[in-house]
Amino acid sequence: MARDQLAFVRTHMLPEAPPPTAQTGAVKWLRENLFSSPGNALLTLVSAYVVFQIVISTAPWFINGVWESPSLTACREILDGKMGGCFAVLTERWNQLLFGFKYPSELYWRPGLAFVLLFIAAAPVLFGKIFPRKMLIFTGLYPFIAYWLIWGGSVLVPVFALLGVLVGAFTYSRVVTISAGVAVIAAFVAALIFWILSGYVTGPMENVMAIQAVASRDMGGFMINLMLGVVCVSLSLPLGILLALGRQSSMPIIKWICVVFIEFIRGVPLITLLFVANVVLAYFLPPGTNFDLILRVIIMITMFSSAYIAEVIRGGLAALPRGQYEAGDSLGLDYAQSMQLIILPQALKISIPGIVNVAVGLFKDTTLVSVISMFDIVGMIRGPILASSEWNGVYWELFGFACVLFFITCYGISQYSQWLERQLRTDHR
Amino acid sequence: MTTMTDPPKASFQLSMLIYDTRYRSYTFQFIALMLLLLLLGYLGANLVSNLAAQGQNISFGFLSDPAGYDINQRPIEYDSQSSHMRASVVGVINTLIVAVLGCATATLFGVTAGILRLSPNWLVRKLMAVYVEAFRNVPVLIWILIIATIMTASMPSPNQFRGDNADASMLLDAFAFTNRGVYVPAPVWGAGSLVVVLTFLASIAGVFYYRRYATKLLYDTGRLLPMGWPSLVILFVPTILIFFVLGQPITLDYPALKGFNFDGGLHIRGSLIALWFALAIYTGAFIAENVRAGIQAVSKGQTEAAASLGLRPKRIMNLVILPQALRVIIPPLISQYLNLTKNSSLAIAVGYMDVTGTLGGITLNQTGRAIECVLMLMLFYLTISLAISAVMNVYNNTIKLKER
Amino acid sequence: MKKTVFLGALTVAGLAAGASAAATLDDVKARGKLNCGVTTGLVGFAAPDANGVWEGFDVAVCRAVAAAVLSDANAVEFVPTTGKTRFTALASGEIDMLARNTTWTFSRDTDLKFDFVGVNYYDGQGFLVPKSLGVSSAKELDGATVCIQTGTTTELNLADFFRANNISYEPVPIETNAEGQQQYLAGACDTYTTDASGLASTRAAFESPTDHVILPEIISKEPLGPLVRHGDNDWADIVRWTFYALVAAEEMGITSANIGELSAAAGDNPEINRILGTEGDLGAMIGLDNEWAKRAIAASGNYGEIFEKNIGEKTPIGLARGLNAQWTQGGIMYAPPFR
Repeated sequence: MARDQLAFVRTHMLPEAPPPTAQTGAVKWLRENLFSSPGNALLTLVSAYVVFQIVISTAPWFINGVWESPSLTACREILDGKMGGCFAVLTERWNQLLFGFKYPSELYWRPGLAFVLLFIAAAPVLFGKIFPRKMLIFTGLYPFIAYWLIWGGSVLVPVFALLGVLVGAFTYSRVVTISAGVAVIAAFVAALIFWILSGYVTGPMENVMAIQAVASRDMGGFMINLMLGVVCVSLSLPLGILLALGRQSSMPIIKWICVVFIEFIRGVPLITLLFVANVVLAYFLPPGTNFDLILRVIIMITMFSSAYIAEVIRGGLAALPRGQYEAGDSLGLDYAQSMQLIILPQALKISIPGIVNVAVGLFKDTTLVSVISMFDIVGMIRGPILASSEWNGVYWELFGFACVLFFITCYGISQYSQWLERQLRTDHR
Repeated sequence: MTTMTDPPKASFQLSMLIYDTRYRSYTFQFIALMLLLLLLGYLGANLVSNLAAQGQNISFGFLSDPAGYDINQRPIEYDSQSSHMRASVVGVINTLIVAVLGCATATLFGVTAGILRLSPNWLVRKLMAVYVEAFRNVPVLIWILIIATIMTASMPSPNQFRGDNADASMLLDAFAFTNRGVYVPAPVWGAGSLVVVLTFLASIAGVFYYRRYATKLLYDTGRLLPMGWPSLVILFVPTILIFFVLGQPITLDYPALKGFNFDGGLHIRGSLIALWFALAIYTGAFIAENVRAGIQAVSKGQTEAAASLGLRPKRIMNLVILPQALRVIIPPLISQYLNLTKNSSLAIAVGYMDVTGTLGGITLNQTGRAIECVLMLMLFYLTISLAISAVMNVYNNTIKLKER
Repeated sequence: MKKTVFLGALTVAGLAAGASAAATLDDVKARGKLNCGVTTGLVGFAAPDANGVWEGFDVAVCRAVAAAVLSDANAVEFVPTTGKTRFTALASGEIDMLARNTTWTFSRDTDLKFDFVGVNYYDGQGFLVPKSLGVSSAKELDGATVCIQTGTTTELNLADFFRANNISYEPVPIETNAEGQQQYLAGACDTYTTDASGLASTRAAFESPTDHVILPEIISKEPLGPLVRHGDNDWADIVRWTFYALVAAEEMGITSANIGELSAAAGDNPEINRILGTEGDLGAMIGLDNEWAKRAIAASGNYGEIFEKNIGEKTPIGLARGLNAQWTQGGIMYAPPFR
């Protein structure tokens, strides 16, 4: 009877009805993301118009692009008044843009191979979980192999350089039980003595297993940017760690040496340091010494980046809770042990994003060497290529190419660092 | 019953310098100091012997010699007979000009892009992401060169403004965009213009006073005075009145084509524009990231708490989010300003006569005094950055969370 | 890790240093290469061609010295230098000689401690303007925008010229010739000023060189010549007399074509014999063998040949000999006697 009083009772479930069209799929997405309010709609329309204009005005430039032509005039003839890019300059001067105009063309494979090996060497460092740890041995050998490939000459030079490192490492491991600081200095001194002595061996035997030597001033193009970037970052990491530890040290003299060095380097623009490399450094070396510009530049850029990296690592050290230091002490570890086993692994982990930022910044700053008449990629573009009568006036294609090269590299590195940051996040969120 | 033996009162032995932790640090510091002094001494000795071999010396006397070259952008009086010192000062001022302009513009770009990256609008968000990534990942030198090339290669030359059927024309008859730079009208300060300026300054003070008064009234009585339009009225009406009462003492000098170039007006050179915009856009991309990180660092709970107090969204932003976000944003912002100032030394790539161009460029070349010039250049930049760091430290101390 | 490579190289450099403390000549011989500073690229004077081989008027001087000293005209390492780096490069020993259209001035010779060994091109600073500008004299350039390479004497000359004539100008400083060219062609400056020879060389690279003129005023004396470090007089002598051998060769009619024949045996002209080493031993006096000058001349011809090949009227650069003709031809190129 109660049932009779109800007009309608549903006895089974209705099938699910689709949401209103305004709340699904593309329409919903559009409403939420592009036209959520009148102001937003206006913003969307304006940006869409801007994007449209950019695409419309640059598309013919790419589509009509000329990829084969010996010179700008020939290229303009092919284009016949149409708008289009003369990308032929890239194909024509490809090798110059990458290797500079003096690196012997039959030897291009050597830097090429070094570049490929760089990935193999970097892989176990970058993706430690995927690649076997044994590959790290190759990473350790890589600098010497790359040096030999790029500069050529006798194989003895890199071999003795490697032996010098081993001598240094051995000295360090023997002295470190006494004092970490003394050990570092002793290691440097031992390696230096070994190198100076080995110079007497490699000097006369310069033709042992020699491949054709290439002088540094023959190098150029994007190769220089990569070389300076890789070399200076890897050199400045250990230096930066030492400087950071020194700045944290309780010994006032050590601390002040490091503070003055770091603050001085960070306070001046890189270009003034390059001026030093270019015009001043020669005054401070023994009379008659001259090592080539590239080496001087490497010294100055390494000093520059090690100061920045030191500050990043110092931030990492400072971020560690005091308890970690105390824990190390209470276990009875000495300074070197507690640093190696407890503090640095954690501090470096926190510092990775900062270090990568410094590395990317440094890699971009390697273009500054063009100001001191080195022919890196920017120097090649501004100098020999734009000055040549064939390609005088091709700006956008060349600068665009340089932009693309740098963008790919730097964006890739920063994406990697973000990935790594997620990987290393061991706290629970 | 003395089971505890006294520590052996061993006399001081030489080996303790190495093995005893009490003395080891002194030993080590001593060694380090000696090595440092040795290194400095070695470098110094080399310097002396190199200079002696070349018959040169270190002397700053050249600074008072006539420079002999001309500078195009002269904020202070300078001609080719002025001293090298004065040329350096011109360069310093030019550096400061581009740094200040660049910082202001970079902040504008950066804050806009940073806020827009958090916009609910997908397209705008993506566009801003493209801007930030594109500019952060390409060297600033390339951007400077690109903008300099746009200035010289794509803008019309003054010649093209000539004739009845000119290829190019001035904007509103007041602005000329040429490949030598941009010419804009310049104010001419006539008699009485000081009064106008003072009135304007007084108006600014008036606006602040009015706002404070309105806030006080709000707290005391709860009466809400309008803020927006009265501020504008106070700001502009008195100045405009005085301006016309005094018979328009400030006039504009319009640029006009005369001889080879535009004459009159204010000439903003292409090199300045290239440097200024490239630095601003590049640094702006970094600032955008700082701003975004700063806003995101304020936890969502703060917004919700403010909303639950009944604050309106605009007030939530002004009173709750921004004060907390600024604490995160400002320190990296200042270091970006520092970077911009240091990057302005790339002026040398486009021929802007900053201190690197005058002291580190032409003066160095003409006098051959490399050590002196580079040293002075470094000291200048060092002073600037130490000054900025000092300001930053003071600021950091004032905004430090005062935990009680 | 990489510090080792760098330190290793440093050690090697340190060893090289031991050797280079000796005289420049021994140094060059030990190295087997002559380090010669040139411009970063000025067509006709010194510029790398498409294969990276350096060519030009200044380059030929370097090659001649290399041929005289090392018996190989190709044993030259060309070090590109800018206006800023050239003197430091020479002073620090990075280069053995500088052949980079460098003006011989009092202060460079004395205060900067260099020795100019001669003048291989008598030049003067001029102005390049587009014909369409309608200017026929540099004195009409009042208010003009002038593109100028920084770090050179041209900058000082320019300031002096405009001040002396009491006219104003707007300098646009540029770093390299390529940039100057770009700015000038885009109309960012009304006129481009540098040495007249450089202007001719720059104009030659234009799409339509005839649309541009070099104004008649030459506002300065610019004797351009190779230079070496002050103090090593033996080396300065070698570079000086190698250069004069090229000049004298033109005067005597020794060319790259007939040099083989002339040097086969002593001929009638004793001075030719002395230069080519078939008579006397001038070579020993400067520490070289007797055929040094023969090799220098054979490297790229005598002075006249080098001029014609690189910058002469038949080349796109199209410079007339003018002052640079032999003294017998109305010029001032004059080699001291080889005796």
